[in-house]
Amino acid sequence: MKISRRAALGAGALGAGALGLGAIGWSWGGAPAISSELGGADFARGHRLRDGGFPEPSVTERRDIVIAGGGIAGLAAGWQLAEAGVSDFALLELEDDVGGNARGGRNAISAYPLGAHYLPVQNRESRAIIHLLEKLGMVTGRDEAGRPIYDPLQLCADLDERVLWQGKWHEGLVPSTGLADGDVADLTAFNAAMTRFQAAVGADGRPAFALPIAYSSTDDAYRALDRVDFASWLRQQGWSSPILWGHIRYACRDDYGCEPEHVSAWAGIHYFAGRRGWAADGAGDGLLTWPEGNARLARMMAARFADNIARGRIVWRVARDGTGVVVDSFDVARGVSVRTRARAVILATPHFLSVRIAGDLVPQATGFSYAPWIIANVSLTRPPAGPGSRLAWDNVAFVGESLGYVVANHQTRALGPLASVVTWYMPLSRMEPAAARRLLLERDGAAWRDMVVADLLRSNPDLTGAITHVALWRWGHAMIRPTPGFIHAIAPAARAAVHAPLFLAHSDLSGLSLFEEAHYRGTEAAEAAMRHIGHEFESML
Amino acid sequence: MDEPPAGEPPHRSPLVIALLASVFAVATCGLVYELLASTIASYLLGDSVTQFSTVIGTYLFAMGMGSYASRWVTKDELALFVRVELLIALLGGCSAAALFIAFPFVESFRILLYALVFAIGAFVGLEIPLLMRILRGRYSFSDTVSNVLTFDYVGALAASLLFPLVLVPMIGLVRTGFLFGLMNVGVAMLLLWVLPDRRAMRGDKIASVLIAALLLAGMIYSEKLQRWSENAGYGENVIYAVSTPYQRLAITRGGGDLRLYLNGNLQFSSRDEYRYHEALVHPAMGRVANPRHILILGGGDGLAAREILRHPGVRDVTLVDLDPEMTRIFGRSEMLTRLNHGSLNDPRVHVINADAFGWVRAARRQYDVIIVDFPDPTDFAIGKLYTDSFYRALAHLVAPGGMVSVQSTSPLVAPGAFWTVATTMEAAGFTTRSYHAYVPSFGEWGYTLAALGPIPQHARIIAGNRFVTAAEEPNLFDFPPDMARRPVAVNRLDNQILVRLFAREWSVYEN
Repeated sequence: MKISRRAALGAGALGAGALGLGAIGWSWGGAPAISSELGGADFARGHRLRDGGFPEPSVTERRDIVIAGGGIAGLAAGWQLAEAGVSDFALLELEDDVGGNARGGRNAISAYPLGAHYLPVQNRESRAIIHLLEKLGMVTGRDEAGRPIYDPLQLCADLDERVLWQGKWHEGLVPSTGLADGDVADLTAFNAAMTRFQAAVGADGRPAFALPIAYSSTDDAYRALDRVDFASWLRQQGWSSPILWGHIRYACRDDYGCEPEHVSAWAGIHYFAGRRGWAADGAGDGLLTWPEGNARLARMMAARFADNIARGRIVWRVARDGTGVVVDSFDVARGVSVRTRARAVILATPHFLSVRIAGDLVPQATGFSYAPWIIANVSLTRPPAGPGSRLAWDNVAFVGESLGYVVANHQTRALGPLASVVTWYMPLSRMEPAAARRLLLERDGAAWRDMVVADLLRSNPDLTGAITHVALWRWGHAMIRPTPGFIHAIAPAARAAVHAPLFLAHSDLSGLSLFEEAHYRGTEAAEAAMRHIGHEFESML
Repeated sequence: MDEPPAGEPPHRSPLVIALLASVFAVATCGLVYELLASTIASYLLGDSVTQFSTVIGTYLFAMGMGSYASRWVTKDELALFVRVELLIALLGGCSAAALFIAFPFVESFRILLYALVFAIGAFVGLEIPLLMRILRGRYSFSDTVSNVLTFDYVGALAASLLFPLVLVPMIGLVRTGFLFGLMNVGVAMLLLWVLPDRRAMRGDKIASVLIAALLLAGMIYSEKLQRWSENAGYGENVIYAVSTPYQRLAITRGGGDLRLYLNGNLQFSSRDEYRYHEALVHPAMGRVANPRHILILGGGDGLAAREILRHPGVRDVTLVDLDPEMTRIFGRSEMLTRLNHGSLNDPRVHVINADAFGWVRAARRQYDVIIVDFPDPTDFAIGKLYTDSFYRALAHLVAPGGMVSVQSTSPLVAPGAFWTVATTMEAAGFTTRSYHAYVPSFGEWGYTLAALGPIPQHARIIAGNRFVTAAEEPNLFDFPPDMARRPVAVNRLDNQILVRLFAREWSVYEN
């Protein structure tokens, strides 16, 4: 991909004067090379787990509780253990850094996310996370009504989102100009329906759509929505506006990495009706974000029990051992396997890994599938611009295959055309997940880079000549796919199939790949493990 | 063309007269283009000595190159001369407009500038030898040289006198370019139509008409072109302009009036800035018993600092401005230090170039008076300097009994935005009293006085003010109904209502 500088004016003036100026013109108009790098979850370690061949353990140690996996679920479990005063536990993480999908990177310009990049202001029922945010200093107090006061410096600064529509940027994510009557009618009807779902309460007194979803009503009136796919449900309502469908497709891909045809109506509606942010100062619609994204939360959680965390440890076998468990893990740095005898084990790993590691204890389940993503952190010599609305944190082209980009240094941005990093996202949702994963592995970095650059320049031609580096990151199993029947049938069955002293903790047991779900499953597993070993604690759930 | 026999009288054909006229025109136009480029370069890049010498040097060097290149022209000198004349008309005629318009867009303005100067210079340099060769058939060698060089230098004199005395003041830079381009086209057309063989150059005739039309259009629409170009929009008296990483900074002078623009927005006019700065500084200073330690946020022009330094008890002034270029030129330029009385070079003044938002949050010292003099909230990045979060951090820096003064935009044009400042500061724990002053170049302007306790009713105003006197100061606090306080919301980082309100109120006013 050749990027020509904006030299049109100069070139026009120079066009007539061909007196040996060609050389200057070339060096001036020539494209600066855009460098790129290709990263991703450690495939070598992950595949080694699949292929086996680890040495038998030569070292033995003993712990009350072992947590395998240091994503948000594992970190939430560790945090909850530490808060409750359990000190004899170990968290074993395969990668060199904890955080899972919520990891971050950094270059000379800014820190940036490698995956999850924000946390919405929490619903009232999200007690454990509100408590966590209080402990982390992100919620600084409560107002008279008891609503959390969020630290304004961590709430996403205005402008939070803008959408490119008909050649101009507009505030918000849904186009509101140049719409046909049918579009307006369908959008209005859809919004009204979502507002009703948002306020709906089941016969059991619980919200129809809660977050974490474990607090949702068990009424079948709502759960039936999980048995039909979202696209069919939308068609049943008679909504056909391409604008509405475009927005819904964006939403499904944004939160689930899936097309509307592939998610259940319950999951699809949850995106629009599940958030009732509960905060002082009218911050309920806000969200928390940081340059490094949710890596901020992951690192702060990990810092609470840093001594209990061992990185570069591949847990490759978990088996019963009398009333307890043995956990065999390979220590990448030392090249030896370690056997840890524990009274309880929390597997905070994706379900397919849990089955592989603890085959006798975790029955194989069908229906688990994961959406692959490619993301890119793009270094720019100046911030993006464009006609219409000013640069926002989240910038989305209404028409396009990517989900647009968030500005990593949005929260700290000062005046002027200073260097920026933007994080560009695209779920490979049009392909079968397995085929998309193959593509992720096969296609080289230059090809991905060219695609990212072309996509970025389509929405922001103003960035011509401003792109200096593209740091790509491949996620083979980025998100659990909430396919019809998954959330209310497949996931509960998988949870019920596992028993003490083994506990599962992962957002794929909820069906939504959200911080809230990972945190809930981690906290729930930690509390169950403490109950099992007889440790007193105060429940956060 | 053969060498004429010695002693034969020269031909006085129309072609010869046209050729000699064209020498004059070429010389005049060439020098005008060179002066235009130098002047525009000094306006836009500053440092006129450097700009004039490098542009003239490039131009003369290019002429030499053009002359050298003329040796490879072996036939059809006249046809080539006409074509070169057309190219000069096009390049030179559009040069001023192109430079002004391109400046905000191109990264390497100097490359464009010198390339343009080089191209014009080379073509002009090519023309003179060509002309000599064309005329050599009609005059003796010594007459040819004498005639050509005479018209050349006389043309140069004409240009150098016309340029500063008539062209710049009466016609303007952009239009001058187009006018002289038209003169070049005129010469080319004259030659085309008196040429012996007319058919051969039909294409050139069409080109000459097109170029003439283009230049004429440029001349007619030069006003519009100027409005199109940010720089020319100031009027053509920009004496210094620079794009820093943070903003576009331009200083203009017209008559005795010196003005500073940031991103095209007027920051002060030297005619009435004393009104603005006396009102910004003295009501706060006069309400603190012994103001010793002062903080100025923004105010890189050093004018608020000048007012503060008039208070003899002041021991130190910390000035935090984002842009090093801003504080550099207001500390160095003689013209500007005359205005701010060299305040930025005063040993009591400590200049820090930093983003005030981060600096205030990290600062630990306390100050008796804090002057907040940021640009208007036209952008989210500036808007955050008007949020409750910012004022909460600022409150930590206010010494007991200390006072804060905040420039708060116009209470007449943007009353909602103006009262948002007071409302937001109150939400951050300050008590406030708002006031306003009339500054002719701005209009009715507003300020917010704030303290962590009650704000004294009366101020001790120092002697020597031209506008804020002890007798007049209390009147600044009266707001007639059209500017009266109204209920507005608190400006927060996550809503930035001030930026939206400000844009809405000013757009209504400007339409």
